[in-house]
Amino acid sequence: MNPELPEPAKAYGPAEVFDQNARRALVDPQLRSALRHLAVTFGQKRAQAISSVDDWEGLRERARAIKDQTLAQLDKYLEQFADNAARAGAQIHWAHDGHDVCRLIVQLLQERGATRVVKSKSMATEEIHLNAALEAAGIDTVETDLGEWIIQLARETPSHIVVPAIHKSKRQIAELFVAKLGIAPTDDVDKLTGAARRVLRQRFAEADAGISGVNFGVAETGSVLILENEGNIRLTTSLPKIHIALMGIEKVIPRLADLDVFLKLLPRSGTGQRLTAYQSVITGTRKSAADEGPEEVHIILMDNGRSRMLRNPVTRQSLACIRCGACLNACPVYQQIGGHAYGSVYPGPIGAVITPQLIGIGKASQLPYASSLCGACREVCPVKIDIPELLLHLRAQIAEGTALGQGQVEVPVKRKPLESFVFRLYAWAWSRPTLYEWGGRVLRLLQRPAVRDGRIGKIGGVMGKLMPPLGAWTAWRDARPLAPRSFRELWREGKVPPVSQPADSPRIATR
Amino acid sequence: MKVSLFVTCLVDQLWPSIGVSAATVLQRAGCEVVFDERQTCCGQPAFNTGYRDEARALARRFIEIFEGAEADAIVSPSGSCTAMVHHFRDLFGADEAWRHRAEAIAARTHEFGSFLVNVLGVDNLGASFRGRVAWHDACHGLRELNVHSEPRRLIRNVRGVELVELDNADSCCGFGGTFSVKYPEISVAILDNKIQAIEKAAVRAIVSSDASCLMQIGGRLTRNGSAVKPMHLAELLAAREAEAETF
Repeated sequence: MNPELPEPAKAYGPAEVFDQNARRALVDPQLRSALRHLAVTFGQKRAQAISSVDDWEGLRERARAIKDQTLAQLDKYLEQFADNAARAGAQIHWAHDGHDVCRLIVQLLQERGATRVVKSKSMATEEIHLNAALEAAGIDTVETDLGEWIIQLARETPSHIVVPAIHKSKRQIAELFVAKLGIAPTDDVDKLTGAARRVLRQRFAEADAGISGVNFGVAETGSVLILENEGNIRLTTSLPKIHIALMGIEKVIPRLADLDVFLKLLPRSGTGQRLTAYQSVITGTRKSAADEGPEEVHIILMDNGRSRMLRNPVTRQSLACIRCGACLNACPVYQQIGGHAYGSVYPGPIGAVITPQLIGIGKASQLPYASSLCGACREVCPVKIDIPELLLHLRAQIAEGTALGQGQVEVPVKRKPLESFVFRLYAWAWSRPTLYEWGGRVLRLLQRPAVRDGRIGKIGGVMGKLMPPLGAWTAWRDARPLAPRSFRELWREGKVPPVSQPADSPRIATR
Repeated sequence: MKVSLFVTCLVDQLWPSIGVSAATVLQRAGCEVVFDERQTCCGQPAFNTGYRDEARALARRFIEIFEGAEADAIVSPSGSCTAMVHHFRDLFGADEAWRHRAEAIAARTHEFGSFLVNVLGVDNLGASFRGRVAWHDACHGLRELNVHSEPRRLIRNVRGVELVELDNADSCCGFGGTFSVKYPEISVAILDNKIQAIEKAAVRAIVSSDASCLMQIGGRLTRNGSAVKPMHLAELLAAREAEAETF
């Protein structure tokens, strides 16, 4: 640990305290104002960008078919990728989990005497907290994507898959730069980015190694493709003598031609661009001393829980994700609370799905419920992942306790005895129409003292605590009381027209 | 056409006028309406909270009851419950026989507005209502059943009505079943965007196809002291408010 740096901001707890995190986020006016434009800006840009494609639906279907085909034979494509990458001069490493990756990267760097590292934006490295491991090993690491660098300076974690510092305002960034870089106070964006550029250029020039992620690994050529807008990835992967690329095993695609589909989908979905400013296709090391590029290329193929998702046909689709972030921008929950509340580097709908699978449901058991199941995520997903279906699958695992003892799940799934009892009672009673009807009658009597002007206002105090759902509902919303007569009673009594009276003269127009 | 009405438990117990209106409108559209009193709930609360055994038990019941109805169609004034019926097949996994029965029932089950326009070919029910109204696209009707233009068409044909589009009419109201009480603060934060849009539209009524969304929206409107009336599409289409006036 560098003693000059303050402890990371601890405003938000882990995924297990999602409810507390969310409440904190909701009362953070700065965060709410930063998020306000997210949906509109990204939503509109995305809509414009996809309108330039003739057959968006067809593209989505092709992309998903390619992913499904690859995932069905993942071992074959990974071996093909590894063989071809090795033939092009890359060194291939297989890693079981995040600890393996961190140990391997530290070892690779230390063996080569590399002490200064530049990094480009990579969710896989965030997932395994690589920066902390490098810092602990005394390796001086700097993030070179502007957003990532900002959160590194602030000692925070990303709050969005594509725009990691989306939660920060311009003013906060300016204050951060004044404090950390010693620049004169300014709110001029050009001056701020200029300051960043000066510092980062120096770091590029000094770097012993560059670490990047991978957007796509092409099996037939052994190439890795990385997309970006700032040019920092181009520098990270070409300037230092050593390039280390961390690639989740789900990132492989069969053919170079498949990129045609994904390059149309990813930038449009992620940032609303037709194409990113840079696309780097890296195939092995430089071929001669006169060539540009690193002398050593290491590609680390990381599992870290992915093969567990692969095993189940429902959860397998989680691995089709291309990390575009469109589901975050479209999600009404994310729009309100931002990314940090999820307590994971993968927030939003896709985070609520993959975080419990990566770290164990027991450690993230609230996340599958952090959704109104509105389906906006599924609608925008460029690879048609049925996120609501996955959320329901995870909820069923929790409710039924079937995730207990599976694979790497370390913390047992906490079952909910009261909730479970309530749902068993509901299914039992509501399978008996007489009981259901009498239940309604009893509730009508019980609610009587609480009904005012045809509605139930705030139920606080002891009553609210005795009936938590009613307390939670009425804290901010009036509740609708049970009607004096149920529909079935009205029907039975002949009060549903025109059972008891002749039909009104029909005045119907047909198409 | 013989229609078996699936009113849903919410409508039955909390908002029966939606069921009465739906029956009225369907009869005006020339349908014979039947109601099987054994019906209760489609099981969606259990399904969406992860309790699949409980959901399956209620799904089996639903299928058995409505198979016996011998109606040409099963119609429900809820996009969400209709979508649940369409999901029944997922509950039966490898059980071919039940899956087949679930699919047969789903094929006959329609959301109210979609049934009027797409099955009956009716888009004018002779209704009348004075004032501006806005339509809220309930998520499951919109994204699971693709109901979008049908209710708008039906509303535009109501005499005296001016239909205005809400900002983000297709964004969630924050209800989400148990989500609304598991995470009430988030649910209400989402809801308040909807409320803002409704206030901006300056309407007399906010109309939708699900009692659940309407209770969420309506509960906040009355809490805020707003006069905007939450209304189900069936209630609007049954209205003959301006009947006495000459058009």
